[in-house]
Amino acid sequence: MITKIIGTGSYLPSKRVTNEDLSKIVDTNDEWIVSRTGIKERRVVEQESVIELATKAGRQAIEQAGISLEEIDLILVATMSSDFALPNVASSVQACLKAVNAIAIDMNTACSGFIFALSVADSYIRAGIYRTVLIIGAETLSRIVDWNDRGTCILFGDGAGAVIAKASSQGRFEQVLYTDGSSGNCLAMKKEEKNHSFITMNGQKVFRFAVKKVPEVIEELLQQTKTKKEQIKYFLLHQANKRIIHAVSEKLSVPIERFPMNLQWYGNTSAASIPILLDEMNRKNLLERGDSIILSGFGGGLTWGSILLQW
Amino acid sequence: MLEKMKELVANQLGVETDEVTENSSFQNDLGADSLDLFELVMALEEEYSVEIPSEDLEEMKTVGDVLIYLKEKGIE
Repeated sequence: MITKIIGTGSYLPSKRVTNEDLSKIVDTNDEWIVSRTGIKERRVVEQESVIELATKAGRQAIEQAGISLEEIDLILVATMSSDFALPNVASSVQACLKAVNAIAIDMNTACSGFIFALSVADSYIRAGIYRTVLIIGAETLSRIVDWNDRGTCILFGDGAGAVIAKASSQGRFEQVLYTDGSSGNCLAMKKEEKNHSFITMNGQKVFRFAVKKVPEVIEELLQQTKTKKEQIKYFLLHQANKRIIHAVSEKLSVPIERFPMNLQWYGNTSAASIPILLDEMNRKNLLERGDSIILSGFGGGLTWGSILLQW
Repeated sequence: MLEKMKELVANQLGVETDEVTENSSFQNDLGADSLDLFELVMALEEEYSVEIPSEDLEEMKTVGDVLIYLKEKGIE
């Protein structure tokens, strides 16, 4: 049995924060942010919790898939911005949806979260343990960024994306994943004494890491699966930074048109970015059954990985 | 070396090769921002099979600075 995505969903909070808005809080401006990141605005929660975001995105994916709530065997929520550690987000989502037969697990591999969660879902499906999985990437990063740090607060946004993965007798699902824990400090959120903890980032290191590792892991995946770049309709990369995506496109010699982007409107939504993008493309009918696509995540840990799947 | 470097720099920064001289400042003359410089350094690393830590970047303001840096690393 192989994983097939049969439904997608997403949810973004309604409040928009533009670069202009940010220039009133920290020393920055629209030109600087757009030229270095491509981001024009991001969404930010007011009252909503990460559970509400995740549940709304999940519900959409379930509706599109046309499955019953009882069919869901497993709920995986990729997040690093839960409001509390216990209970986990996935269990709360299970309760909100009344998906009573599902077991529920949170996973944290930062911005690679959706890719790693999808890989775990596929392992359960391949092993024949579960057949129907709800995978959600959901983040309220606005609650964990330092709004005084102009180097990071301009980058992130809130949102959630979800997919329903179902066991299928045909299709393709191949992956290459990596973790390098020895470089973990360049993207971290650690509690300093009594203070509230925020995301800290060594932008140079992270940028160079992404520009080097993402093309490498995609090339490896293509080689492993004996697939040519031309056979891949779209490359859906984690939406961290337009400059990273452009660099990857150049390194792979694949036209930038095959790297869809929505980061200009949402910023970096970490684990939510790939499923939000996937949902937008699906709802615009840009994907046809049988298309091969590559999803590629990279982020804190450090973690990175790519999945090739047949739509 | 200088000619090859000019070509590499021009290619990375999207400027004409003629615009690049040994004295060109990446930031002031060639319009490079910090991310352009990281990409340039990565292209240099690949071209010359050398490792250039981000910290060393701060010393490299001009094309000539890079040539001196690489020379110190035994690349000419």
